[in-house]
Amino acid sequence: MKYFVCVKQVPDTSGKVAVKADGTMDRASMATIINPDDLNAVEAALTLKEANPEAKVIVITMGPPPAVSMLRELLAMGADEAVLISGREFGGSDTFATSQIVAAGIHHIGLESDDIIFCGRQAIDGDTAQVGPQIAEKLDIPQVSYAADIRQEGNKLTVKRMLEDGYMTIEVRTPCLVTCIKELNTPRYMTVKGILECDKKPYTVFDYETLKDEPLIEPDTIGLKGSPTNVYKSFSPPVKGAGIMLEGSGKEAVSKLFATLAEKHII
Amino acid sequence: MSAFVNTDPKDFHGVWVFCEQRGGELMTTDFELLSEGRKLADDLGVELCGLLLGDNVEPLARQLGGYGADRVYVCQHPLLKDYTTDAYSKVVCDIVMEKKPEIVLIGATNIGRDLGPRCAARLHTGLTADCTHLDVDVAKYKEFLKTTSTLDVEGMKWDMEDKGLKMTRPAFGGHLMATIICPRFRPQMSTVRPGVMKCAPYDEAKAAACKVELCPVELGEQDLRTRVTEVVKQAKAAVALSGAEVVVSVGFGISKDVKPGLELAEQLAAALGGVVGSSRACVDAGWISADHQVGQTGKTVRPRIYIALGISGAIQHKAGMQDSECIIAVNTNADAPIFEVADYGICGDLFQVVPLMLEELGVK
Repeated sequence: MKYFVCVKQVPDTSGKVAVKADGTMDRASMATIINPDDLNAVEAALTLKEANPEAKVIVITMGPPPAVSMLRELLAMGADEAVLISGREFGGSDTFATSQIVAAGIHHIGLESDDIIFCGRQAIDGDTAQVGPQIAEKLDIPQVSYAADIRQEGNKLTVKRMLEDGYMTIEVRTPCLVTCIKELNTPRYMTVKGILECDKKPYTVFDYETLKDEPLIEPDTIGLKGSPTNVYKSFSPPVKGAGIMLEGSGKEAVSKLFATLAEKHII
Repeated sequence: MSAFVNTDPKDFHGVWVFCEQRGGELMTTDFELLSEGRKLADDLGVELCGLLLGDNVEPLARQLGGYGADRVYVCQHPLLKDYTTDAYSKVVCDIVMEKKPEIVLIGATNIGRDLGPRCAARLHTGLTADCTHLDVDVAKYKEFLKTTSTLDVEGMKWDMEDKGLKMTRPAFGGHLMATIICPRFRPQMSTVRPGVMKCAPYDEAKAAACKVELCPVELGEQDLRTRVTEVVKQAKAAVALSGAEVVVSVGFGISKDVKPGLELAEQLAAALGGVVGSSRACVDAGWISADHQVGQTGKTVRPRIYIALGISGAIQHKAGMQDSECIIAVNTNADAPIFEVADYGICGDLFQVVPLMLEELGVK
């Protein structure tokens, strides 16, 4: 039994974000973090492992070599193995190509009938929420997204799947893929023991050579060339023209505001 | 696995909108997307079609015509009653492969964002998530860039004949806007953020003229690998933020006296016929429920009047409200970023300013 967890290292968009003159991100100048929803996915796997100790938790990511720092943190949190998919052939992938490559990586390790794949709902850099469902499609397994509660009994999962106006309770059998939201759990911290032991745990790099014979890997389905979508233009969001700052904060200012609003037929 | 790889865009025609229903009720997003799809279809000179899935949903189709659909394809089957990824993606992909639309728009709801990626992967095409602006016409796209970016639009080379879908969306938490294209594959697919596209007025004549076509559905129990055991509508009334004319939002500025601060916002909203929104800070602090949240991780609103009380204006919040027609900000910090997007600003304490506003509105 394996719990795969797909994770991504992302720029911390809550802090200062640097945009270059040409309208692209200056990623090098930004701090990187583990994508927040992915931590919930890792926690979901570690929690289920407590009841199924024979299960192995494998964290898997695609990205440049520095992503290894994130994988070490996840091993220190309690994951059993880590896999980094990295190679210049994979660069420039959109969600379609990314899911193709990550699915190939999982297929390479071997997806068995009692396995579960966990993903975060979405990453804070792209906010697409597409890679999880697309991995499930490429591996031809069922998916449940927006999970706020997951219970496992043997090969049956019961998932509380959130909607904007309520929720659904969904039953699904393994192998399957679940995307996790922050309401699902509170991710644990690394332990001292975990940090001391993380370097002893298996860590593998899959490059193009490793995966090239996988059926999902073809030159026209991976990387920039294999991506159906391309960036046409990118630009900084609009800055609105300066508004009117009313003098003072008392009755006069408020009266003036409402007079202006009335004059412009806004109120 | 991708059985449907057709790289010749010329074989694909028409703009489609996936029209979501829950429990037999259409979603407001459907009307927004049809209104937007109508413009794209007109620019391309093609038909606008709604795609409606469910159980006994044919009577809903006419209403979709009233918002702009020339034709509605109805796929009904008992197994389509509640949304499941497997049943819906099979039926959507089957009909897309058969009819070959050039554009498919899907509301970026929790359901649309489950269905869209699954279909795009199966159809071997691109999908752009959570779009906030769409164009097919290059001249219109250039005008859009001129008003929303600092790019040297006239200094760039343009292919004015290009009729591909240009899908614009915020990225990096709203710090960057990106326009995405899907030049080699069809259909061009996009999920569209609810509450962003303007809804056209309902037109009874269009509803009457709309062609409703029942399509055969091939679906069996064996196609469904998940089982929905219950669908629960949460009892609390959803905050109708997205369609509100007036939104009065509160931020961390209410912290010094939370309950009275919220009451002031509620009174002001009531006086203006609006609803109460909130920044993320208040939701995280547990002062107000998450369905009030405006911003990148909350809802996007574009009301006629948006009043920000004690909201500093983090970029994630601005991303959800900066398209409001008139923005009024009240904040004690004159340097708060919210004033950058405000049409009118008052540097002051909301606890003093709001009672004065209520007085102006004739409320004691």
